[in-house]
Amino acid sequence: MNQAIRNSWIAAIAMFALIFGALSYVQVVGADELKANAWNKRTLLQNYCNDRGAIIVGGTPVAESVPASESCKFQRVYTQPELYAGITGYFSKNYGATGLEASMNDVLAGSSDQLFLDRIGQLFLGNQPKGASVELTIDPRIQKLAYDLIPDGQQGSIVVTNPKTGAILAMVSKPSYDPNLIATQDPVAEAANYNAINKIPGINLNPLVSGPTGALLAPGSVFKLVDTAAALSSGKYNKDSELPNPPELTFPGIQYKLPNYAGGNCYTRTTASFAFALQQSCNTPFASIAIDLGEKAVADHAAKFGFGQDLGDQLKLDYATKPFPQNLDQAGLAQSAIGQRDVRATPLLINLMTAAIANDGVQMQPDLIKAVRSPDLRVISEPKPQALRTSTTPENARQITEWMTSVVSQGIGRGAAVPGVQVAGKTGTAELGNGLNNSWFTGFAPANDPQVAVTVVMQDVDITTGAQLTSPNAKKIFEAVLNK
Amino acid sequence: MTTVDTTPKPRRNVELVLLVLALAVGIGANALVGVDREKAFDSDFWFQSSLLAAAALAFHVVLRIRAKYADPVILPIVVALNGLGLAMIHRLDRVGEDTGNNQLRWTLIAMAVAIAVIWFLRDHRVLRRFTYISLAVSAVLLILPLVPGISAGEILGARVWIRIGSMTFQPGEVAKITLAIFFAGYLSSNRDLILLAGRKIGPLQFPRFKDLGPMITAWLVSIGVLIFQRDLGSSILFFGLFLVMIYVATSRISWVIIGVALIIVGGFVASRVFSHVGLRIDGWINAFTPEVYGREFGGSLQIVEGLFGMASGGLVGTGLGQGRPNLVPFANSDMIIASFGEELGLIGLFAIVLMYLLLFTRGFRAALGTRDAFGKLLACGLSFAIALQCFVVIGGVTRLIPLTGLTTPFLAAGGSSLLANWIIVGLLLMISHAARSPVDTTPLAPGQVPDTKKGGPVMPSRPAAAPGNGRTGPDAPTEAVKQL
Repeated sequence: MNQAIRNSWIAAIAMFALIFGALSYVQVVGADELKANAWNKRTLLQNYCNDRGAIIVGGTPVAESVPASESCKFQRVYTQPELYAGITGYFSKNYGATGLEASMNDVLAGSSDQLFLDRIGQLFLGNQPKGASVELTIDPRIQKLAYDLIPDGQQGSIVVTNPKTGAILAMVSKPSYDPNLIATQDPVAEAANYNAINKIPGINLNPLVSGPTGALLAPGSVFKLVDTAAALSSGKYNKDSELPNPPELTFPGIQYKLPNYAGGNCYTRTTASFAFALQQSCNTPFASIAIDLGEKAVADHAAKFGFGQDLGDQLKLDYATKPFPQNLDQAGLAQSAIGQRDVRATPLLINLMTAAIANDGVQMQPDLIKAVRSPDLRVISEPKPQALRTSTTPENARQITEWMTSVVSQGIGRGAAVPGVQVAGKTGTAELGNGLNNSWFTGFAPANDPQVAVTVVMQDVDITTGAQLTSPNAKKIFEAVLNK
Repeated sequence: MTTVDTTPKPRRNVELVLLVLALAVGIGANALVGVDREKAFDSDFWFQSSLLAAAALAFHVVLRIRAKYADPVILPIVVALNGLGLAMIHRLDRVGEDTGNNQLRWTLIAMAVAIAVIWFLRDHRVLRRFTYISLAVSAVLLILPLVPGISAGEILGARVWIRIGSMTFQPGEVAKITLAIFFAGYLSSNRDLILLAGRKIGPLQFPRFKDLGPMITAWLVSIGVLIFQRDLGSSILFFGLFLVMIYVATSRISWVIIGVALIIVGGFVASRVFSHVGLRIDGWINAFTPEVYGREFGGSLQIVEGLFGMASGGLVGTGLGQGRPNLVPFANSDMIIASFGEELGLIGLFAIVLMYLLLFTRGFRAALGTRDAFGKLLACGLSFAIALQCFVVIGGVTRLIPLTGLTTPFLAAGGSSLLANWIIVGLLLMISHAARSPVDTTPLAPGQVPDTKKGGPVMPSRPAAAPGNGRTGPDAPTEAVKQL
């Protein structure tokens, strides 16, 4: 009888072993799958009222959780809402989260595995769960300056990075919005605000379709930097090459003619050096290069500078990207070579393209996160600069830099010149077909030891306004970053 | 034959220390809940805590007087579980609900009844006289919910409640005990007949058909409960109880095989014939399909929400009062395990499940140690019933097996369950007292009556009065037990 009792006990223990296994599966092994289930309201609800970690810029929180009502203990507050909306995103009960609030949710909510020990401590002390804070690479001074440089009512973006590290120093766009309006606990106000904000044209409510990381814009002449790199690395061209520079380019069988830029001095020569063609932003030399090299060579180099490519995992923001178009006829290739037609890039990508030239041809991963800190301020993770891809050779990069320097010193980018500093730059004016343009400036400084890459784009502007809002604004940012 | 070689010790002081710890766990948990609700340490809290502590200490004192050799671990474990349950039920009370206080009232009643059982019964073997009365009581208890006038009708799809005044009561919980007493009594009297008669087929010895009586009865009772009360959980529990007791009585694996075959046939037929069983199984297998999830009755919302809750608890849980267990239907009764999983995490649940494991292991230990077959069978059956009940409940909540409506012993809100389980604890304590108390080995002078004042239980040299069933088979003496 006793043996049977022991066997029964073993049977009971076996059942309990199954229980332990099932509990471990539900709570640990399969927990992530359950948390990700679309029917699961908890993850968000739980986070919503918790003490989330702050998003910190220059030592000051731009997004933080402050004590609120008893039913919902903490309320998310954005201290400089419009200025950082494109980066922080919003944290809403009914609309979910965007931006860093979404991508860094694990650490902000404190549920990341990296915070295991902290959670053990909270468990024993019976404390509120508290998330880790995220410190950004953003320089608040530059961020504010850049934001103010875009006039209210003007749609535009400015991206400032360190080309050597990929650290993003400023990233702004207008129009912006107040994420507090969507993070409110009042569901009626939340819905009304959300719908109202969504109606503003060009709003960066959804970072995937607007703002510096999401807006796919025609790059115009700044794309000529890619053509130049393609030409130099093809071996068919060198720094002394003389490029054909007809006033307009004709194509067999069609009426369309590609004209040179009317505003500059292109018409004065029928052939041009790279330096001249870039300084004056002549169209026909680059169209000729593209036709000469072929679609594939241009597309390959576009990819090397990041068009249609991955931007690494340190950006932590959703981004849009589009490869160089395919199966183009000659006219299409010619137009694409000058950044028109269906070529599209985000302001961030144009900045990274520029930064690759500044960094001897090596494109760094864009990085927004300086450090993640646990509630007791211990550093949990600190991303290190990482190379993303090699865009061109150091020799080519230096050659292009030299020409870009002349664009600012004696070409049409003179507005960006900073006294006492060699600034390399390139302007672009992408025609939108309605008489207005996307006006670009992208460049870096100092040319011999690049510290900062600046990209400015103003959308839907005429030529004069565009010229006033791009290069001169870039100059102010160069001055601010370099303390000139 | 296992005997305790060491000199028997009462170990009541160990129990006292453990009891203080157990009270600290339960009351501490309740304090944490109060802290969260910002009404900690008010007069209610002190009043309730002192009531629980007083009841536990009273129980302890009664054990010192009446059963001083009882297992010192059982009472503290049960007090800890009961205290945790009280804290969680209190925590789950929404504004205006008072389930927590109701549960405390039932806890005190249940403890008082268990104390009374120990005080007046003195020795578990007395129960053997009530073998057939127990069967009759079980039958009445099981039929009560079907009797018009007393029946509380169909609640949540099952007819297992009766109404007494304003209270509802689930007699099936108590039937668990009376059925265990009946089977322990019947089997301890008739096991020799069952054992020795029968024919051998292959390696298995099959009993005679007329000795199959109890097995058939068990099967019919389970199926009857299933059909008339729509209570799948109880029918599994009863059947498992019978199965293990018959196995322990006979040590024949053939009984287990017959039993498992019967339960498979019964289960299969039931799943086809009874819609509620089919729905349970469908809700288990297809829990994550939208039509099953959204089904109003028999849908999987309850189990899926429970899984979400446990997943959100993860390894360490949200902390008491910090989760959202109320999103789960029946969070304080059927699904209380999910509530604990969410707020105390896997670590907390493991601790709780380990307490159950220790509890039934101590029960089995009492079964091994006690010297009479009746006590062995009763302790083994009741311990296994606790283990099986935990398995059915926790297995159901974790989707290891279909979810059925059993209560989690000592944790779940519900008076009948508390009462029944506390009585089980009283019985186990008495049996463990018999198992652990010193045996008087001095030969008795002829005609001398064993001294009952030594604190040990009565050890009759002759078996107690044979149950009035007409049979005169020998009452299972200790010597026969030794051979098995």
